[in-house]
Amino acid sequence: MSAAFETTAAVRDAETGSMDRFARLLDDLLFSPSRLTKLRLMKEYFAEAPDPDRGYALAALTGSLDFRFAKPATIRQLVESRVDAALFAWSYDYVGDLAETAALIWPGTTVANAPAPRLSTIVAGLDGATRADVARLLATWLDQLDPTGRWALIKLMTGGLRVGVSARLAKTALAEMGGIEVAEVEELWHGLAPPYTDLFAWLGRRGPKPTVDHASTFRPIMLAHALEEAELAAMAPGDFRAEWKWDGIRVQLVARHGRRRIYSRTGDEISGSFPDVVQALDFDAVLDGELLVRRGDDVAPFNDLQQRLNRKLVNDKMLEAYPAFVRLYDILFEGEEDLRTLPFDARRARLESFYARHIAGTNLAARFDVSPMIPFSDWEMLREIRAGADVRASEGVMLKRADSPYVAGRPKGLWFKWKRAAATIDAVLMYAQRGHGKRSSFYSDFTFGCWREAPDGGRELVPVGKAYFGFTDAELAQLDRWVRAHTTERFGPVRAVEPRLVCELAFDGVQRSTRHKSGLALRFPRIHRIRWDKPAEEADLIETLVAMIRD
Amino acid sequence: MTAIRTAPRPEDWVRLTPQGLYVEPAGLYIDPVRAVPRAVITHGHADHARAGHGAVLATAETLAIMDARYGTAHTPVRQPVAYGATVDVNGVRLHLLPAGHILGSAQVVLEWRGQRIVVSGDYKRRRDPTCPSFVVESCDVFVTEATFGLPVFRHPPDRAEIGRLLHSVQLFPERCHLVGVYALGKCQRVIALLREAGYDQVIYLHGALASLCDLYRRLGIALGELRPVAGTSKEALRGAIVLAPPSAVADRWSRRLPDPVVAVASGWMRIKQRARQQGVELPLVISDHADWDELTRTIDEVAASEIWVTHGREEGLVHYATRRGIRARALALVGYEDEDSA
Repeated sequence: MSAAFETTAAVRDAETGSMDRFARLLDDLLFSPSRLTKLRLMKEYFAEAPDPDRGYALAALTGSLDFRFAKPATIRQLVESRVDAALFAWSYDYVGDLAETAALIWPGTTVANAPAPRLSTIVAGLDGATRADVARLLATWLDQLDPTGRWALIKLMTGGLRVGVSARLAKTALAEMGGIEVAEVEELWHGLAPPYTDLFAWLGRRGPKPTVDHASTFRPIMLAHALEEAELAAMAPGDFRAEWKWDGIRVQLVARHGRRRIYSRTGDEISGSFPDVVQALDFDAVLDGELLVRRGDDVAPFNDLQQRLNRKLVNDKMLEAYPAFVRLYDILFEGEEDLRTLPFDARRARLESFYARHIAGTNLAARFDVSPMIPFSDWEMLREIRAGADVRASEGVMLKRADSPYVAGRPKGLWFKWKRAAATIDAVLMYAQRGHGKRSSFYSDFTFGCWREAPDGGRELVPVGKAYFGFTDAELAQLDRWVRAHTTERFGPVRAVEPRLVCELAFDGVQRSTRHKSGLALRFPRIHRIRWDKPAEEADLIETLVAMIRD
Repeated sequence: MTAIRTAPRPEDWVRLTPQGLYVEPAGLYIDPVRAVPRAVITHGHADHARAGHGAVLATAETLAIMDARYGTAHTPVRQPVAYGATVDVNGVRLHLLPAGHILGSAQVVLEWRGQRIVVSGDYKRRRDPTCPSFVVESCDVFVTEATFGLPVFRHPPDRAEIGRLLHSVQLFPERCHLVGVYALGKCQRVIALLREAGYDQVIYLHGALASLCDLYRRLGIALGELRPVAGTSKEALRGAIVLAPPSAVADRWSRRLPDPVVAVASGWMRIKQRARQQGVELPLVISDHADWDELTRTIDEVAASEIWVTHGREEGLVHYATRRGIRARALALVGYEDEDSA
């Protein structure tokens, strides 16, 4: 390699690996409404930027970076050391976002006045920095960057990029880049750490597949397709097994060599919120199941589980009021033995035997049970069972091919979810909001209300939920026209409309909610039918929904 | 300019009324928000130039813009005044100087009994291919706007913003680029900047932009080949740049365009969250108003002993002037910014 070439490569790396290039990526992602464009932008970046900078970018996009001393207060103090405090306060008030205010108000030219630092330099600097170092480093970098670079830097430091990219989408971009399934990336993910150099080498076919210590990593989960009833005719009942689809959250329990983890279906670790379950992972296996909360001998409504989700600290009171347990569906590993290639029937037998040997009759049994199979001989019988009354905590039934191996992702023809017919209600259109991206010229987000008695003795509408799908493009155009023709008031992107149009909403459940004026919230509401014919007075009463609350 | 001992207090002869700023000894209102007998108009934007005054004094270009927008019956008496030419109205000496805001925009320089007050109207300090640049005139009282009167507003060079637009056009040849622009000023400036950057393709226009572009051309501003969107096939618009008023961007009108990349050219685009809320994919920070650096630089250069702020983010600019020992107050004029805050 000639010296001249080395120099060129170094110059190129300094550019593509710079904070500026990463800032441009974040800025482009922020303003791109379409998933495809976001994927394309990330792939371009990962292909262009060098190691280790792109690895740190990936870590930032997946939320895997955490800098101890880089907190909003540090940034505020630093800005106030350079900028008049009153002007900063008015500006912050006007802009409403600290990172953006600080980035724009930081004195300096509007274009960068020095070569931007490498992203890897910034991460390395922040990593070992003390509180005092952070302020000094930050000031130096802010002086070297343009406003978008400054914005990206502060977002990077304080975490939470909020550019509309999930960890999953970033991993999808990686998978597409390497021509592999996203499940392969997810399987490795929890065994890797920034800057992911070996991962990029493998994706670029310049190195072997990284080996990770599998002991406590997440295995991508197997998912089901929604069943179209018409498909049943071609399915032999004898080929399938049925079980309830419980209404909790799907989890993977990993207990290997004394390490214990609970992962959500997307591979996010949620062990911290469920110490009661973690404590009971006193065995050596990888299990698949539904995380639920118990109330007496019953499964508590989903609302109870929600009290336990996304909590960093769980106190004893919560643990007692909302005791969590896992209803087991499947077994992936027992000890070192990988069971995923076995047929479902064989895995089920292994699960039951595992449960009998390690859990049943011990104090662990309070935290686990095995999801029962539903015996049935033909589809009609199963249809009746599914419609039966004893399914209060379930969303329907699962059908699994008896010979299905455990395959990551959503393989065709193996597992199906046969949801209970959704509940429906007739509600009146109250507000409409303009959509985003391709829908930005359409009123496509609709708020619906039901009737209740008003204080003056008459009737009034109260909002019960928002629906933004369930209609065809042609229906959307009709709804949009209707909204424009019946607007009574405008608030920015939102229009209030005459209370005249009734829609039949389908939904999966009703919960109490303190956030809504009606005191309840619909789960997963969507427009089932537009009732152009139905007078608004005949829409449903709020009492109808109240009676459907399960608590 | 120094105030002599016998000079009047500025508020003795220029005061705030419900109609707007009133120059009492001359009987003139500046940019009145209601119909008055005699008006001086700084520029043609609708919030400053309203129809129905008894007489209008303005640059010939501003009068032509008002005629184009309101029809020639908007006033019975027009008095065109060239930049630099002095007019005496009942002892008040008045002349107009370029404000650099849009074609025809002017600062109003008023002198009476040894005192000089400059009313800037809306202005910017950077070069604009469609109008002459702002001229600094020292004065005792400088009456300024403050649309972008906070230090978060610092507009980048407009060439860089146009470069971003052209880069995006290159990246997405199968889509069209829809740029939201105010019909008067911004539209023509964006076209002229595109031409300066070497873009020689046809530029397509929403119907509401055509007449003012024609007027700019008649007044000697070259804009290259322009065509209406109406009557053009969706196919022909792929890869093209289309300009429309901001209100049309999110409206049903835009559905005729092939998968548009939505851009808006405005100083407000500096705030990312604000741009994103409007569903903008390509925010272009191109403004016809002075940014924070231009506002403060202007206050320093005109060396006035007193600053009046007409509208916008007044508190920031008043604070700045006060900290420099200049008397400053916010007039809090209502009715301005209607057109530009859309």
